[in-house]
Amino acid sequence: MIIDTDVVTLSRLQFAMTALYHFLFVPLTLGLVWMLSVMEAVYVMTGREVWKRMVQFWGVLFGINFAMGVATGVTMEFQFGMNWAYYSHYVGDIFGAPLAIEGMMAFFLEATLVGVFFVGWDRISRVKHLLVTCFLALATSLSAVWILIANAWMQHPVGAAFNPQTMRMEVTSFSDVVFNPVAQAKFVHTVSGGYVLGSMFVLSISAWYLLRGRNVDLAKRSITVAASFGLAAALSVVVLGDTSGYTVSQNQKMKLAAIEAMWHTEPAPAPFTLFGLPDVRERTTHMAVKIPWAMGLIGTHSTDETMPGIAELVDTAKGRIGEGVKAYDAMLLLRQDKTNVQAQATLAAHDQDMGYALLLKRYVDDPRKATPADIQKAADSTIPNVPVLFWAFRIMVACGIYFILLFAFAFWKASKRQLTTHRWFLKVALWSLPLPWIAIEAGWIVAEYGRQPWAIEGVLPTALGVSSVSSGQVLTSIGGFVLFYTALAIVDVWLMLKFTRKGPDGLGIWPYNPTVAHASH
Amino acid sequence: MFEYATLRVIWWALLGTLFIGFAIMDGFDFGVAGLLKVLGRNNEERSVLIESIEPTWEGNQTWFVLAGGATFAAWPMLYAVSFSGMYLAIFLVLLAFILRPVGFNFRGKVHNARWVSLWDWVLVASGVVVVLISGVAFGNLFLGLPFRFDDDLRMTWQGGLFDLLHPFALLAGLVSLSMLLAHGACWAALKADEVVAARAVKMARWLTLVYAVLYVAAGIWLGYRIPGYAISGAAVTDGVSNPLFKQVALGGTWFASYLQYPLFWIAPALAFVSAIGVQLLVGRRSVAGFIASSLMVGSTIASAGFALFPFLLPSSLDPRSSLTVWDASSSRGTLSLMVFATALFLPIIIIYTSWVYRVMRGRVTLAQIRAAHSGY
Repeated sequence: MIIDTDVVTLSRLQFAMTALYHFLFVPLTLGLVWMLSVMEAVYVMTGREVWKRMVQFWGVLFGINFAMGVATGVTMEFQFGMNWAYYSHYVGDIFGAPLAIEGMMAFFLEATLVGVFFVGWDRISRVKHLLVTCFLALATSLSAVWILIANAWMQHPVGAAFNPQTMRMEVTSFSDVVFNPVAQAKFVHTVSGGYVLGSMFVLSISAWYLLRGRNVDLAKRSITVAASFGLAAALSVVVLGDTSGYTVSQNQKMKLAAIEAMWHTEPAPAPFTLFGLPDVRERTTHMAVKIPWAMGLIGTHSTDETMPGIAELVDTAKGRIGEGVKAYDAMLLLRQDKTNVQAQATLAAHDQDMGYALLLKRYVDDPRKATPADIQKAADSTIPNVPVLFWAFRIMVACGIYFILLFAFAFWKASKRQLTTHRWFLKVALWSLPLPWIAIEAGWIVAEYGRQPWAIEGVLPTALGVSSVSSGQVLTSIGGFVLFYTALAIVDVWLMLKFTRKGPDGLGIWPYNPTVAHASH
Repeated sequence: MFEYATLRVIWWALLGTLFIGFAIMDGFDFGVAGLLKVLGRNNEERSVLIESIEPTWEGNQTWFVLAGGATFAAWPMLYAVSFSGMYLAIFLVLLAFILRPVGFNFRGKVHNARWVSLWDWVLVASGVVVVLISGVAFGNLFLGLPFRFDDDLRMTWQGGLFDLLHPFALLAGLVSLSMLLAHGACWAALKADEVVAARAVKMARWLTLVYAVLYVAAGIWLGYRIPGYAISGAAVTDGVSNPLFKQVALGGTWFASYLQYPLFWIAPALAFVSAIGVQLLVGRRSVAGFIASSLMVGSTIASAGFALFPFLLPSSLDPRSSLTVWDASSSRGTLSLMVFATALFLPIIIIYTSWVYRVMRGRVTLAQIRAAHSGY
């Protein structure tokens, strides 16, 4: 059947919008909850009331953000079925399991404990409450483990094989899926990104209090926590981001070449293009400023391995499309007669290229009847959007390096107890608040937009994954999301600003003033 | 390792368990939210009702997230066909799920009557929408849904939102609504301040009565007016998951599985007994009353699931495309892995959920609400 390209475009737009939006809230939850645990641990160990009040104040902001994260997270789970029904059918056997396990192991714990975190202060002992906070933190990170295992499988589908009888991918080894090297690199990189964001959130708001001379004792302590946590996280996000780059180079060579705008294979070790203007039509990068050797070292961790360029990878794709058509043909024969031994052998020999034959379905109904021109078009379609990836990657990396410097300085000043001496630094810290969000969204774009045209790298083209819904239906849901998400964003930012402005002093949280009741949970 | 057929039956039971878990746990949240304006006559009383569910609703809603995730993992075709086919209905449910977390969290953040009232209405609407649409969707299963598969197992659907509004499906929606509102009232009778609880007791009795009448009516309608589906010939229970490998006959009765497995009658009988239990116990022994309404919810859903067995999602357009327990599951490997994961985590979930309910035990009183607000 012919795929409706409007439905594909609209479904992708909706997915990108809702995922990017969801990802505004998740990293803050991931990072902030660990800082709450640290603060509460200090409270339990020292018994100093101010640390408890810090947990309660940051907890108010955490709660607002957490609600938004939960609300927008449900969308993600619904959306695979609603808009990506064929995807869900085709890979649900593998992809669904980590999502379900995430629900059982992590999200359930998180959602059950969060109520106790807010209203349990007077109902359970200090130590028990601390345990609740720590389990809450653990659960959020465990949640990330399973989500990233699922996501890593989209980038690097291991431990599964195509079954012509059921017309879908089926699992062959769960341990391969779970211990996917891409998943490990992604997990550390992503949660570290969240920790950086959480640290920046605490740092910036505390800096604002210090600039105003408000809540000084609470803000200084908060900065100390944020600076140490943030420095460790920023180092880890960059160092392990490199690991992530290395694993990408092993299995997503096209994504890496696109990030680099490396149109042709360069002699090893390849240079890193610091700046340039990638030109998609001419397939060249204008005004390129290159650092010799750097990319080869990052991408291959060696000096003699070459990294293939885009043109060479398109040629490889062309070859794989040819092989894939053989697998497709064998699959159709097996549908007629599942005992056809010859077809079984052909499919087994070429099934790793079957996805490449499916790329042709955008241009021709039956991949076996594809013309050389169709094959060329399909091979060209494996190039992601080079300028977007090129820039998104550079923005992300530049932010990452900046975070290390900023948190290192904050850490140094905090340890010398000189936080209030440099007003310029406090201003810089305040205005750096949006940067981690920009870096994280750019990272999502590199990882997911860079995976295109694949939903599952090399296995299922995104265009084939859509549901058989009408573009009118998808437009309706997009309209609904735009309306509700915009309204919620306005309310969320308004509440965040309101409670930040009120601050621990205005809310009666610290200094503790019994005549002013503190914020309800 | 279990046989493929056994695994499928286990997963059919687990699917039921998770959805019943959702209906019991989140159902009373929906019920309380739906009755918010009826049981709570002023802002303080409504705050009592909200606070009675606030610390635990989030964990309760996770039953749905889990049921959805488990459906994706164990019954990917069921997940794909139902979510994409009933696109706009599911989208409405999704909006309700999006608005509930923010509704609970944001409601108490600003002390302004219009602000609070806005979020109250959001919670009322989201409660009613989910309960009603779930019931209507369930009712449609018996009527068959308009989908078919092509040879690539790509599904096409012919119909829109309003095609789901068959009178029988609407009746099923009302069964669901009255049942879960009654369940919510039983929770309020247990947890809310005596003033609100007294109102909830009356409400629970009335709603259970309405539920019982509608439930019987739906059963009679189903038995006499709606043709059942049956797999032609002997069902292949351990074959590959491809719905097109079977033939389906239409025209029997949905009570066929009750005739085949008489044990299934336990479910409707229990639903009826529990409804009587609610009448007798609510207001006198509130914990027992709530347990009775939980059993009523669970056995009602089970009775519908039993009637459908072995069908999961019958197709009216092309009966052969119908999804059944025997041909819509994941592979054997995935099903066994998921059985182990569920056997490991479900008890743990139940343990910490029980702990949280124990921590939060006791009624939410008007005095508490007033004390919390006196500082402002």
